[in-house]
Amino acid sequence: MPLTDSLRNDILASVPSLRAFAISLSGNGDRADDLVQETLLRALANIDSFEPGSNLPAWLFTILRNLFRSDYRKRRREVEDAEGNYAKTLKSQPSQNAHLEFEEFRAALDKLPQDQREALILVGASGFSYEDAAAICGCAVGTIKSRVNRARSKLSALLYVNGAEDFGPDETVRAVIGSGNR
Amino acid sequence: MKDEKPPGKPAKPGRLNAEIQSRIGHQLRAMYDDVVRQGVPDRFADLIRKLDTPEGELAAKKDGRE
Repeated sequence: MPLTDSLRNDILASVPSLRAFAISLSGNGDRADDLVQETLLRALANIDSFEPGSNLPAWLFTILRNLFRSDYRKRRREVEDAEGNYAKTLKSQPSQNAHLEFEEFRAALDKLPQDQREALILVGASGFSYEDAAAICGCAVGTIKSRVNRARSKLSALLYVNGAEDFGPDETVRAVIGSGNR
Repeated sequence: MKDEKPPGKPAKPGRLNAEIQSRIGHQLRAMYDDVVRQGVPDRFADLIRKLDTPEGELAAKKDGRE
């Protein structure tokens, strides 16, 4: 459809969540904004292929996700740099304790495989349905569900190891605890 | 048989897991919403406004079309 003012406003309204998605994926504020910019340029250039009435955020997220993926293949993300850069993008500096907890969470999220991380973010933070998340990632709904579940159990293992004796002897959890804990 | 769970086993692992999952969900959304609350940086607002603003579109809007 042509780029009407109302469509332009809708795209603008999606920018905050596109940025949040990009930062969650890349862990790097500067790079995330470049990714958002590229996404917007590509969306505007291909606006004719957007079907009126279909899910605009999902369409934009798909573009961003694909850009991130193709970019990812080219250059590996610099994990050491991620936390510091992300912290800089925060408006209010969290308190010392909250900040520590936040960094631990960010670090654990970074340890997830990319497939699981993106599925968890789309469903758990962006608020997409499993169906929309599956469409964005180009996979089956069941695949998204199992990625989200695996992501959640890995995060529990990484973040809450002290309570892990209650998890029982699960192989995956054990492997993650063994490899992921410093 | 092996591995037959006693029926009276307390549901503690499940409850703990649910608490942890809700905590993870909360942290994930807090991280995400922190960025969402920053709104639209000028660079993106400018980009979308400047790009592809056909004069006809503006004229059509003046005519009262939504």
